[in-house]
Amino acid sequence: MYSSSTSNRGEKLPTFKLTVVQYGILLMMLALVGGLWRLQVLGANNFRQLAEQNRIRKVPILAARGKLFDRYGRLLVDNYPSTSCYLVREQGHDVEADLPMIAEGLHLDLDQLKTTMRHYRGMPGYRPIPIKADLTADEVAFVAAHKGELPELETIEVARRLYPRDGYAANMIGYVGEVSEQDLDNPRYAMDQPGDVVGKAGVEETYDELLRGTDGSRDVIVDSHGREVGFLGIQHAIPGRDLRLTIDNDIQRAAEVALGDREGAIVVMDPRNGDILAMTSHPTFDPNDFAVKINGAEWAKLVTDPKHPMMNRVIQAQLAPGSTFKILMSVAGLQEGIAQNMKVYCNGGATFYGHFYACDQHHGEVDIEHAIPWSCDTYFYTLANRLGIDTIAKYAHEVGLGQPTGIDLPGEARGTVPSTEWKLRNFHEKWFAGETISVGIGQGAVTVTPIQLARYIAGIASGGHFVRPHVVDPNQLPEGFRKALLESFPGSGDATIPPTEANWDTITDGMAMATMPGGFDTAAASHLEGVDFAGKTGTAQVASHAAIARMGKGVDTRPNGWFVGVIPRRDPHFVIAVLWQHGDWGSNAAHLAAQVATVWVNKQRMMDHNVLEAQAPKQVEMGAVWSQERPMVRDRGIHGKGNQETAGGSDFRGGHFLIDVPPVQVAEAVGSSLLPAWLEVSPIRFKEKAH
Amino acid sequence: MRRFLSFRDFDWPLLLMVIVLCCLSVMEVHSATMHTRFASFESKQIIWMVAGMAGMFVLSKIDYHRLLDWAPWAYWIFLLSLVAVKLVGRRVMGARRWIALGPIQFQPSEWVKLVLVLAVARYFANLGGRDVSWKEIFKAFLMVGVPMLLVLAQPDLGTSLTYAPILVAGLFLGGISFRQASILIVCGTALAVGVWSSGKILKPYQKARLTSFINPNNDPRGSGYQIRQSLIAVGSGGVWGKGMEKGTQTHGYFLPIPYTDFIFAAFSEEHGFVGAVFVLLLYFGILMRLIQNAQTASDLPGSLIIMGFVAVLTFQIMVNVGMVIGFMPVTGIPLPLMSYGGSSVLFAFLGLGVAMNVRMRRFVN
Repeated sequence: MYSSSTSNRGEKLPTFKLTVVQYGILLMMLALVGGLWRLQVLGANNFRQLAEQNRIRKVPILAARGKLFDRYGRLLVDNYPSTSCYLVREQGHDVEADLPMIAEGLHLDLDQLKTTMRHYRGMPGYRPIPIKADLTADEVAFVAAHKGELPELETIEVARRLYPRDGYAANMIGYVGEVSEQDLDNPRYAMDQPGDVVGKAGVEETYDELLRGTDGSRDVIVDSHGREVGFLGIQHAIPGRDLRLTIDNDIQRAAEVALGDREGAIVVMDPRNGDILAMTSHPTFDPNDFAVKINGAEWAKLVTDPKHPMMNRVIQAQLAPGSTFKILMSVAGLQEGIAQNMKVYCNGGATFYGHFYACDQHHGEVDIEHAIPWSCDTYFYTLANRLGIDTIAKYAHEVGLGQPTGIDLPGEARGTVPSTEWKLRNFHEKWFAGETISVGIGQGAVTVTPIQLARYIAGIASGGHFVRPHVVDPNQLPEGFRKALLESFPGSGDATIPPTEANWDTITDGMAMATMPGGFDTAAASHLEGVDFAGKTGTAQVASHAAIARMGKGVDTRPNGWFVGVIPRRDPHFVIAVLWQHGDWGSNAAHLAAQVATVWVNKQRMMDHNVLEAQAPKQVEMGAVWSQERPMVRDRGIHGKGNQETAGGSDFRGGHFLIDVPPVQVAEAVGSSLLPAWLEVSPIRFKEKAH
Repeated sequence: MRRFLSFRDFDWPLLLMVIVLCCLSVMEVHSATMHTRFASFESKQIIWMVAGMAGMFVLSKIDYHRLLDWAPWAYWIFLLSLVAVKLVGRRVMGARRWIALGPIQFQPSEWVKLVLVLAVARYFANLGGRDVSWKEIFKAFLMVGVPMLLVLAQPDLGTSLTYAPILVAGLFLGGISFRQASILIVCGTALAVGVWSSGKILKPYQKARLTSFINPNNDPRGSGYQIRQSLIAVGSGGVWGKGMEKGTQTHGYFLPIPYTDFIFAAFSEEHGFVGAVFVLLLYFGILMRLIQNAQTASDLPGSLIIMGFVAVLTFQIMVNVGMVIGFMPVTGIPLPLMSYGGSSVLFAFLGLGVAMNVRMRRFVN
């Protein structure tokens, strides 16, 4: 194949071909120069921008949610520092291959992690995917140690919600959670991104906009491995606004303790301005479970629980009011001028339209003054029959039944006030006069919520001055938000529909007599010596006797016990509504109410008669409220940077801590311009969150 | 029979241009690898360059006719080593390209290039520059095609492609007729289409790499990523560049392997249009100088050796720079004398050594 190469020496390459090669090379070089010109001279600005975007990453700084305080500035809901792990996709790095390692290191379920990744597939690549919240120390260490292999992982310090433990005020406070897929379709969450933490119930939901603050970001220069190689600037997060609730921790605690593990609800309100002093609903849930993502099984357990722990019974339980409805009946009867002169002979019941309606006792001859404290069914059957359903409905609507009260909490129920029109609309049937009889004693189709009951009884006791209840002091809210709030929570709101002076006296005296021991004795369980505690019990059948027989033993068919009470009987400062589901008798509910009322009364006495003591800084032990297992109660030295400074100089050790409640005068003296406007008028001194 | 050989006849201007290029290379390798685990690669690069230069001087002392006589032996030995690589080679990143001889590891595919230049030059020189027959063309194809396929199977598409210009140059300068060339182009096109659509010879990632340059934005995360980042690097350099060690694309690791295949992008980012054109001018100068040497060579084999080398250099420069600025697909072909890498540097210097060799003997006879 290869012969000697010496034979053809002297042969030369044709110059022509070499010239062709030279020109060819020249042309190609010119093409390359042209390409460079196009990129570096013509396209320089465009590419410079792209290069900028390439290396800047916005690391979100999540704003701490505003804290919640009680009406005296005692901390109810706090934040604690926690670490969340995010996955950043824009690396040109094969994230999929790393998933098993990530799942193992962060103790995640691989399938679940893959599902999460799929959910975010449609999102822009620069948006980090939240994959785990509340990392443990060893998980944080895992991310830090694998920065090289897993550059896509990013940890972010966030402030997480810390709620009182054991579901203290949980239904009212609500909880926070990540925006779900379905939520994103809801216009309320239009501005949110998946993974954002939003308030999902109670105060957290209603006041989400104020509480959440504005997230900031750190602009850092990163390399394509996601390693930070420089720092450009920071846009600080604006922390959420702290909110002062109208809740009084002392009363709330009394209500929680009084209700205990009973199924029911207690709401306490100041009828003069609608401040809710206490609101509790049992059984309840622990919102701390939601502060971090709740797992599917726990969630399913909560929502399918037949006792409905997620339900705020104060505003959502729509139940027959029983005898508490008789106060409305009295108003209607007196205002219509019927009840004043009506006397009924009670022989243990009466027959209407061929059907016998029973009363629990033989009361003999009864007038309105005695019918209220005795709670004589026969009297109110007769009154209902004479008023007719539509007149009853008219007065019921006037006092705000059958419509939301407009309380600043989401999901308020309307209750039901039956009428001929209501029946026609909902059942396409005409109203039978016989149905009116049981409505007269708060049975039948009529249902109310505890908050409606408290508002209506207090309103009548206040001489027809009905208020819109609220759990957050509206004075601290920005004007615009306040207006929007009123619009988004329409309801009966504030109204004044005064009864005549004589009627007012008759009804309030009747309620006062009900709590007097010895006389009528229906609500004597709520009697407090030396306190003008007027009230009305209610014992409401949960089903008819025939239905009870049908349902058998499995279902709790004991009647619901109600109690509504005011202190004092006219122009009250205090109203309490107690619902004890399956509590058998209204007097049992009255007993619970008395416990709460005692605490309130004692507090008032102390405030009124021992002013100096009331103003001295006193320490309130909060141990029962706070969880001991929560990680944030660790020594502050470890995580002691930034926002875990707590209000009022509380001491975070061991789960129990003490809060100084400074006197009013001191607070006014230290009013600083650094504080938010609403805090300056507050009698309580707050320590600003350090950010 | 031969005149006294002197290093005065060495092509000093050519060497000067090469050394300037080497300095730029060392500078850019330093810049591109600082703060990475490849830091101080530039000193390794210097060692390779010094070794390459030594090799160049040694090679220039051996009469290239003797080298041509050795070429057939070397050809077969390297063909065997390519087979050996396929069988026992070390697997690095999914490809068998390296073979270990005791403590030394080497990549025979780079050396095959040099051997092929010599073998092809010898083959066509033997044909005497007259018109070639189809049989002779077929033999030439076989000579280059077998090692090409072996390297392609490693798989190393880039290196295998660099063998092709040796054949093209040999055919073009060795006397192929216009008619034959036309037929070959038509057949070649048909073959390329066949290979592309058969789906067996080229691996999917190779295909993806070959096409993504057309529209890198189609797949900015996958195979288009490198091209996109490279374009951003070059474009953002502007006219004057961002300055030494200031390339954000390079130092932010956005640019893939900025010290080897994409060193030109890194250089263009930091030194701008001016720097990039300066480098291209150096290459142009080197190539022209080499062609001039081919012209003045004393005989046909000498000319053909140099032109084979020129063909490989030209191809690598065009494909690499073309890749960096988005004209060509990503093929993993290093930029001669710039890219970091021992084999590549050694090939360039040994090739230069042979060219010097030819030049120094231009007055023989």
